[in-house]
Amino acid sequence: MKTDSKFTDFQMDALKEISNIGLGNAVTSLAQLVNRRIDMNIPLTRFMPLEETIALVGGPEEAVSCVSLNISGDVPGLVLFVFDSQSTFHLVDLLMGMDLGSTAELDEMGESAVKEIGNVLTGSFIGALCQMTQLNMTPAVPMFAFDMLGAILTSLMVASGRVEEQVLVIQTRLFQEKEVNIKGHFFLLTEPGSLQVLFNALGLTVE
Amino acid sequence: MEPAREIVEIQVGIADLKVTREPGRLITLGLGSCVGVSLYDPMMKVGGLLHVMLPDSTQFSNVNKLAKFADTGIPLMIQELQKMGARINRMQAKLVGGAQMFSGLDEKMTLNIGLRNTEKSREVLSNLNIRILAEDVGGNRGRTMIVDTASGMVTIRTMGNKLKVI
Repeated sequence: MKTDSKFTDFQMDALKEISNIGLGNAVTSLAQLVNRRIDMNIPLTRFMPLEETIALVGGPEEAVSCVSLNISGDVPGLVLFVFDSQSTFHLVDLLMGMDLGSTAELDEMGESAVKEIGNVLTGSFIGALCQMTQLNMTPAVPMFAFDMLGAILTSLMVASGRVEEQVLVIQTRLFQEKEVNIKGHFFLLTEPGSLQVLFNALGLTVE
Repeated sequence: MEPAREIVEIQVGIADLKVTREPGRLITLGLGSCVGVSLYDPMMKVGGLLHVMLPDSTQFSNVNKLAKFADTGIPLMIQELQKMGARINRMQAKLVGGAQMFSGLDEKMTLNIGLRNTEKSREVLSNLNIRILAEDVGGNRGRTMIVDTASGMVTIRTMGNKLKVI
């Protein structure tokens, strides 16, 4: 359970750095996709229990969209991008080239837009990780849900069989533009053993 | 009119259970594939709510939280209710949740935990001869479940829909 203590500060810093580069890549891809300038904050990286994670994003009943992909290969796990409802609608507007505020609910078109964004974000995040580590990580087809945060996160953890673990949260107030504030959260669910593989690949086995 | 009584609302976390008596309310937020099991003794006006995450504890070697599973959580809740004077032969159950939240689930994750949680809860209750009065299960929406120990009514909240009472 105490995943935290398994890793040194040094390794956590490395994880933060990898996330920063990975997410940087992801944001660049998104900027190209919507043809706008998009920034991100330095991500916060830590392990925390599921319920704290839910509280961090906004509470169990918060309406969010979530794109999630299974990762197979050397570092098996689950990647999640979570956007609150307002940010979800902004993203749809951006991708469809509509005026901001046009989208107020998620139809099928909007859903596939968000799915596509999640796909692009995850793809470039994983791509950057693979490049840095020379590891093999293959993302599967994205899954999508727009509903209560608590329902989404617990269901995903249970379905992926990662009930005991703490969640590695890589949080960033993702993408801010002058007139838009898109709040995104990024999660990586994996086992401590898998992270060890990641550290080994980076030459970070400190003992 | 008599002054409104202060009604205490007790929150039930994930893989957790709570019991209380009239006029208390029990609430659990954001049930997805998890199943909320409520038990109510209408004579004593004592009720309990359990947030089941997984169906079967025997599949796991390290069971650290009995309330996480249907097979261990339901008997535990019954014990807690009995301590408050409830009787098992008067208990009425209601089930909420057990949804399949994601569209496009890939083949590694197709096993429908929501359905298995629901079926296991039914089985455990039926083995104990506890009647299931009402259910709101399945589908693909997240649900919040509120149990009112004054009436035994269960209220269900979903995103963008009206409240439903069972």
